[in-house]
Amino acid sequence: MSEPNKNNKKEAMFSPKNQKLLSNPLGKDNPITVQVLGICSVLAITVQLRTSLVMAISVVAVMGLANVIISILRKTIPPRIRIIVQLTVIASLVILVDQLLKAYVYDVSRQLSVFVGLIITNCIIMGRLEAFALNNKPWPSFLDGVGNAAGYGSVLLMVGFFRELLGSGTLMGYQVIPNFLYDLGYENNGFMILPPMALITVGIIIWVHRYRDRNLVDIS
Amino acid sequence: MEDLASIFVRAIFIDNMVFAYFLGMCSYLAVSRTVNTSVGLGFAVIFVLGITVPINYLLENFVLGRGALAWLGPQFAAVDLSFLTFIMFIAIIAAMVQLVEMVIEKVSPTLHNTLGIFLPLIAVNCAILGGSLFMQERNFVNIGEAFSFGLGSGVGFFLAIVGIAAIREKIRYSAVPAPLRGLGITFIITGLIGIGFMSFMGIEL
Repeated sequence: MSEPNKNNKKEAMFSPKNQKLLSNPLGKDNPITVQVLGICSVLAITVQLRTSLVMAISVVAVMGLANVIISILRKTIPPRIRIIVQLTVIASLVILVDQLLKAYVYDVSRQLSVFVGLIITNCIIMGRLEAFALNNKPWPSFLDGVGNAAGYGSVLLMVGFFRELLGSGTLMGYQVIPNFLYDLGYENNGFMILPPMALITVGIIIWVHRYRDRNLVDIS
Repeated sequence: MEDLASIFVRAIFIDNMVFAYFLGMCSYLAVSRTVNTSVGLGFAVIFVLGITVPINYLLENFVLGRGALAWLGPQFAAVDLSFLTFIMFIAIIAAMVQLVEMVIEKVSPTLHNTLGIFLPLIAVNCAILGGSLFMQERNFVNIGEAFSFGLGSGVGFFLAIVGIAAIREKIRYSAVPAPLRGLGITFIITGLIGIGFMSFMGIEL
């Protein structure tokens, strides 16, 4: 999927190939469950759906823009120092996101603590810059970035959804489990709030994903 | 001295980078197929964390923090450069990794051969940047504490990655359901170890 497409000068903006760039990472090329990139932040910030959502949006923004910038600069960056250049571009974008979060959603920004900064070292961003943006045009790179970030975000939201629903009985902070269930003896599973449960939830998502798509099964 | 030791032990067990904060998961999952390679990566991480955390501590206290530039003169006392934290930290880390790689290549070619491929990887290991960012949140009083924290975090990562690599080598002979093989089961095992590590949480040092 990362073959350089050189002769697409007259290609339409949403040609089938470009649509694939956007849709593949959501399913069979998902950055988390298949490419194993960017795991770190999935685990720590998915206790609530709200923080997951903010994180997902931040990553989509950083990744789309970083891919475009690197793709525009791809012919001028000397290969030897490309990692530092990439890190600088990503770090500047993350600073912007961090300042915006602090200004508009301060409480969420407190909860995310160091994990906004850790978007910089989220390997999924570096990975896509290296694998795709360095040898593709800006528009496909943008789609690739948004697609991969959305694939990442979708897993984030899934994990956040289950952990908040089962752990606190709420979604986005609103109670969804009706009161009569609690009266009947239903208890929130406090275990789901603990960080290790995020790992196990992701493990189960991978299980279901690979069960439905047998091509992904690890043979070794 | 006691403080340093307790920070060190705390960083290894209670605040373990992998099991308590899930940092450095990418390399943790990617390089833990065999014990040998994971030992190499583990040592490289200890090394880089032990160097970059104290350097970033100095940077934080003498350049970036609010009023940190006061030593230049009274007119700088109100300068607050903390918005530059991320970019400076990551620049230091990338530069240090590059420097360490060159020094090792000159001084000890054998060590370079073992660590070689892992060093560039480390620049983008979240555990390294995470170490510096947690250091910033902890407000250590002197550079010795920062050093001990960095070293402890590195040792914690080392133990985690070598442990999971050993488990993965063994589990190849077990009958794991096919779709769960490889990645899936590694996640679940890590989760279970994480639950085990939570028992350290109540311990005060």
